[in-house]
Amino acid sequence: MTFAKEESGGDTGGDPAEEDAHDPYVPSRRRIERERHRRSRARRATAIAALSTLVTAVVLYLVVVNAPGWPRTKETFFDAQYAREAFPKVLEGLWLNVRLLLVCGVAVLVLGMLIAVARTLRGPVFFPLRALAAAYTDFFRGLPLIINLMIVVLGVPALRLQGITVDPVLLGGTALTLTYSAYVAEVFRAGIESVHPSQRAAARSLGLSNRQALRYVVLPQAVRRQVPPLLNDLVSLQKDTGLVSIGGAVDAVRAADIIVGRSLNYTPYIVAGLVFVALTIPMTRFTDWVTARMDRRRAQGGTI
Amino acid sequence: MHPARSTLRGALTTTAVALLAVAVGCAPQSEDKASDTSSPASCAEGDLATEVSGKLTIATDEPAYEPWFKDGKPAGGEGFESAVAYAVAKQLGYDKGDVVWQSVPFNKAFAPGEKTFDFDINQVSISDERKKAVDFSSGYYDVRQAVVALKGSKAAGAKSVADLKNVKLGAQVGTTSLDYIDDVVKPTEDPAAYAKNDQAKSALKNGQVDAIVVDLPTAFYITAAEVTDARIVGQFENQGGTPEQFGLVLDKGSALTSCVTDAVDALREDGSLAAIEKQWLSDAVDAPVLK
Repeated sequence: MTFAKEESGGDTGGDPAEEDAHDPYVPSRRRIERERHRRSRARRATAIAALSTLVTAVVLYLVVVNAPGWPRTKETFFDAQYAREAFPKVLEGLWLNVRLLLVCGVAVLVLGMLIAVARTLRGPVFFPLRALAAAYTDFFRGLPLIINLMIVVLGVPALRLQGITVDPVLLGGTALTLTYSAYVAEVFRAGIESVHPSQRAAARSLGLSNRQALRYVVLPQAVRRQVPPLLNDLVSLQKDTGLVSIGGAVDAVRAADIIVGRSLNYTPYIVAGLVFVALTIPMTRFTDWVTARMDRRRAQGGTI
Repeated sequence: MHPARSTLRGALTTTAVALLAVAVGCAPQSEDKASDTSSPASCAEGDLATEVSGKLTIATDEPAYEPWFKDGKPAGGEGFESAVAYAVAKQLGYDKGDVVWQSVPFNKAFAPGEKTFDFDINQVSISDERKKAVDFSSGYYDVRQAVVALKGSKAAGAKSVADLKNVKLGAQVGTTSLDYIDDVVKPTEDPAAYAKNDQAKSALKNGQVDAIVVDLPTAFYITAAEVTDARIVGQFENQGGTPEQFGLVLDKGSALTSCVTDAVDALREDGSLAAIEKQWLSDAVDAPVLK
């Protein structure tokens, strides 16, 4: 940020005393004072936050450990031996979740975009397409995912159609794609409709065709605006990939299920949960970062 | 600096209050459930510390399957496990009217914490590993695991365990059936694991698996009534020479365990269990043993 130095409120964090030959700027005493004050305030805030976090953690720990059922809970949910046994199997199952996420994620984005564009087409000739797209999104957003999976994974093979796969993973992935592309289509549509009409008007007045205006002016803005909700849906999809285990495929959660069923010890669930969280955290952090960056662009100024 | 100081004070006050609340409010209440499994004075009715005084609360999963429960109604007294439950209740001195049924999912029955039932009857196989989590009565049924395949499929002609190596097998999660696949058959392809037997049956019908493993009475029921174009390929030998048994599930350290076990033992000795088995599982004649 080259103009940070003119910004009176800009907290550059750099050393104000830093000088070089080309830059005769010397911060005022008042500014140095102000920055020192800010730093001390920040330090104090950090200290208070750390203390209150520590206290909260200690309180929670004491509540849990002094609970009457804690010993039972500990051996049922936090047993190192079962954790060790479950971990490799859960990871093996997780590979299925990850593969599904990658393939379905791409399919969902493509299909969702097509449906969103179909819904926002102008002109009376496209009415059937718009109506179909609207019906599709309404139906698949309303249909509970678990029922959708049941119908696709267990119902489609019952038709005994030649050439249609009976592989539960492929069928489950299809069901996930159907439901999630309906969600994502709505996200894209909201984005397309949030682009101000003047943008389209300006593009058309410059001689771009309707299609070109959509392709070069509207969609780039729409997609960029919708990145945070899209990533939200992706995180959600990642957790829902486990539902393909309805068809008998062994994902991370089902792998944990198998050990739990045999031993009646719930530790594998905890392991599977933590593995999922570990996978989701980078994605959510990335989402937050993108959102924050966009907020910063939109709204200048800091928090009060 | 004032605002900061007041924040600090506020935080400290809150903390102190919270800590006090923990110390006072959450003082551990002792779980005074006779955790020693020593027999109470007697097992006669009235002496039993049941969940609901004067009633016997029995749990099972929903849906309840044939031939264990007829028409999915555990309270009917019809079906093998329903009959066993009422026989045990009678042995403990509870009439039919004093038995209350409760629907508890398979997994929930073993979760730690306060149990809402006296015992659970749900085709749960007894194992040493499971005994760490719950109490079992003595076994009320010796169970065998069987392989069911569609007639004419490549699994249907299997004569031995080795013939099942290269077929796609399926079973329900949390059952010993799945363990038999992993430990005895050791197939080349990973078995499919289903949340419910219904889904395993659908998969068998749809050809998503070549064969499924279930307990023998269920296998007979499936082939007779539900998937009529399937046949029982055979049954497995017991692992390790000890017969696999279903037991009634009680809370770990329940005061009732010894009484319920005595009741089951008495029913076995006077031939009641055998009679109930003959009545409800009579067509479960032997299937060929897969060596």
